[in-house]
Amino acid sequence: MLKIKNINTFYGKVHALKNISIHLKQGEIVTLIGANGAGKTTILNSISAVTPPATGQIHFDDQDIAGLGPDRIVKLGICQVPEGRQVFKPLSVEDNLELGAYLRYRGREGRSAIRKDLDDMYALFPRLHERRKQAAGTLSGGEQQMLAMGRALMARPRLLLLDEPSMGLAPLVVQEIFRVIEQLRSERGTTVLLVEQNAKAALKMADRGYVLETGKVVLEGVASELLENKEVQRAYLGKDKKEIWER
Amino acid sequence: MHIGQQIAQYLLSGLSTGAIYALIGVGFAIIHNATGIINFAQGEFVMLGGMFTVFFLTVLNLPLLVSVILAIAAATIVGVAFERLAIRPMKNASPISLVIITIGGSILIRGIAMLVWGKDTHAIETFSGNEPIQLGEATILPQHLWIFAVTTVVIICSKLYFNYTISGKAMRACAYNSRAAGLVGIDVRRMVLFSFAISSAMGSMAGIIIAPLTMTSYDVGVMLGLKGFCAAIIGGMSSGLGTVFGGVILGILESLGAGIFSSGYKDAIAFIILLIILFIRPQGLFAKGDTERV
Amino acid sequence: MTKSRSFLKHEMVKFILFTILILFLPLAFKGGYLLNVFVFVGIHTLLAVALNLLLGYAGQISLGHAAFFGLGAYASGILTATHGQNPWLAMAVVAAAVGTLAFIIGFPILKLKGHYLAMATLGFGIIVYIAFNEAVELTGGPSGFSGIPNLSLGGVSFDTDFKNYYLIWGMTLVTILLSLNLVNSRIGRGLRAIHDSEVAARVMGVNVRFLKVQIFALSAVISSIAGSLYAHTMTFVSPTSFGFNFSVELVTMVIIGGLGSIYGSFLGAALLTLLPEILRAFQDYDIVVYGLLLIFMTMFMPGGLVRGIPALVGRIVMRSGAGSKADA
Repeated sequence: MLKIKNINTFYGKVHALKNISIHLKQGEIVTLIGANGAGKTTILNSISAVTPPATGQIHFDDQDIAGLGPDRIVKLGICQVPEGRQVFKPLSVEDNLELGAYLRYRGREGRSAIRKDLDDMYALFPRLHERRKQAAGTLSGGEQQMLAMGRALMARPRLLLLDEPSMGLAPLVVQEIFRVIEQLRSERGTTVLLVEQNAKAALKMADRGYVLETGKVVLEGVASELLENKEVQRAYLGKDKKEIWER
Repeated sequence: MHIGQQIAQYLLSGLSTGAIYALIGVGFAIIHNATGIINFAQGEFVMLGGMFTVFFLTVLNLPLLVSVILAIAAATIVGVAFERLAIRPMKNASPISLVIITIGGSILIRGIAMLVWGKDTHAIETFSGNEPIQLGEATILPQHLWIFAVTTVVIICSKLYFNYTISGKAMRACAYNSRAAGLVGIDVRRMVLFSFAISSAMGSMAGIIIAPLTMTSYDVGVMLGLKGFCAAIIGGMSSGLGTVFGGVILGILESLGAGIFSSGYKDAIAFIILLIILFIRPQGLFAKGDTERV
Repeated sequence: MTKSRSFLKHEMVKFILFTILILFLPLAFKGGYLLNVFVFVGIHTLLAVALNLLLGYAGQISLGHAAFFGLGAYASGILTATHGQNPWLAMAVVAAAVGTLAFIIGFPILKLKGHYLAMATLGFGIIVYIAFNEAVELTGGPSGFSGIPNLSLGGVSFDTDFKNYYLIWGMTLVTILLSLNLVNSRIGRGLRAIHDSEVAARVMGVNVRFLKVQIFALSAVISSIAGSLYAHTMTFVSPTSFGFNFSVELVTMVIIGGLGSIYGSFLGAALLTLLPEILRAFQDYDIVVYGLLLIFMTMFMPGGLVRGIPALVGRIVMRSGAGSKADA
């Protein structure tokens, strides 16, 4: 479904991604793990055209998407839930969700379909329904994460890019978020590319994983095998401790 | 009694100039909130509104309503062209460069207007005659009513647009976080262009409705634009009621100051207020903090 | 150490060449109309250098510098013509007073940044401009103020373009020398630090606020002196010379010449003073050309003439006889 071949991305003079190649199949959950600065977020931003790669190819459904603007990427069905949620704090919860469907409003689609999706989001995240008239800035961190995910889902993405959804959230809320990700896959067949600091939880849920170090893929494989891999255990799973949290 | 009558008169005329300042100020705020730019050329769109109306009315002999609509359209096209040609190419420019670019644009537009229409002052007939209407102690011209009506309608429309349409909400989203706006599929550059279009249309409307009272010429934009900016600053760069109150306060203080003290210093009053506000409360009198800007 | 010494030597050589050029320039004009224009180039260079210290080195915009220029001109005029004071004494007293004023308003004004700073300085400029127009008993109002005496020194009255040229360029050259010294000193480094990042400058131990206000005041003092010189040269002043447009023109000179380049300020001042003379043939088109110039320079030559097209500028300037300063 998504094929990234040999992309190189730069931040000014910093060579952030070095010949990265990854791929995702329809309906997969794939996770990217690695330390801070390994290039996980940059991969997502390269796909979303926030920081377009300098060289290399990105194919989505066999279509070359290099050079398209962020809005065109969304239109093709790739949505990113950015790191730190980045909800539109001054706007209400409902406005945020509606903006997720911005391109559908501009398209020929009927309002009723969007309305129905809005109700689906409220079913998925009942807390958002309770607070739908509140400004998004007044929500708790977990609620903002749900809102950010709901906003992305309103675009009816086929590929969801999730950047650190569990960051700074209480364990119970993290569980809830992960439950929703699995539910999305089983109910909607949404493909997910997940960037996570919580490597153990991510690998438990994912089908496959890529391990990144300083802008390069150093290891890839089936998630369960990565979980058993000694190197991965030592570096990212903190075998002695219960879990490793990098922040 | 006599003093009371005079003050009522000052209040009324202050209210109508204040409405004009508000309209211009809201235009400033819309561009500022969408892009972070203070558009020093804003006043020129006010001038263009009036001058295009004169042109369509007197040179092409079109009816008033048609002339007004065409004038707003023409000024909007200039605003859009300005954004495309001078603002959009300036990615990652410093605030000083953007100040200079918009000042350059303002000089250029004013210069072209002077070449095309000359340096003369032009008059537009009032929209509905000159019969004064008695309003309690004071009298008011029909044109003043036009000013109140147009301003009210425009402000209400802008409120509705920003709060109830998906496009308006998208513009607020851009103002708050343009990167996240891009990630939900909003074309940020189109929104910036749109903000210039709306604000030049609003500015030109202000220029059109005030022209019958004050006349118009190629250089009326400078002062009106700056006063509009004062109104926006007082209102905390809000594109709604804050700036309207800012404009009205400014208009009334100016009119009272000119009437009671000296008319020569009338223009200075606005700038003294501007300085005081900037020194004491740079976030404006009506700002609620940093969460809501549009 | 040796590097900085050779740098200073290089600066000194450039300054001496520039001085020689200025000293002999009038010979090329043979006392004609261009000499008169270059008297104004001198005054404008003085103003542009003053503004450049603020805008180019400290990175703080002012859209109200014409006010300091005007205050210097009017105050000198009033003290000498109305009150019969010694012009030199008046110039010094006025400069001190304008500097004090700038120092006082500098604290609240320079707290502001970006557009807000631009608007505040602009507002100040307009208030002063309105005062020139309205304080009729003091200033003569819109019709202007005349009868200002020429300066004189040791019995020589500066009453011709030729004498004024040397008077004004003498002052300007001294100011350029002092400014070069300033920007190559510890203070200059502090200013550049502010320009790059105020937070970093603060961390480095620069008293950012005080330094900004000091440079604002210094810039106002130089502008005031330029105003006094202008008043005594013209013997007549009127408000239109000190309005918003002139403030913008000053900013344009600095930007077109090159931010943070003293000789760039000369180039900018020379270009903008000569341009209207050249464009006189086009009559009213000058304002359009002016606006276009401002936009194109900012878009395509953000470093100004002095960096943007050194080779080309070198050729143009060489032809007009202004010498080898293009690489300043």
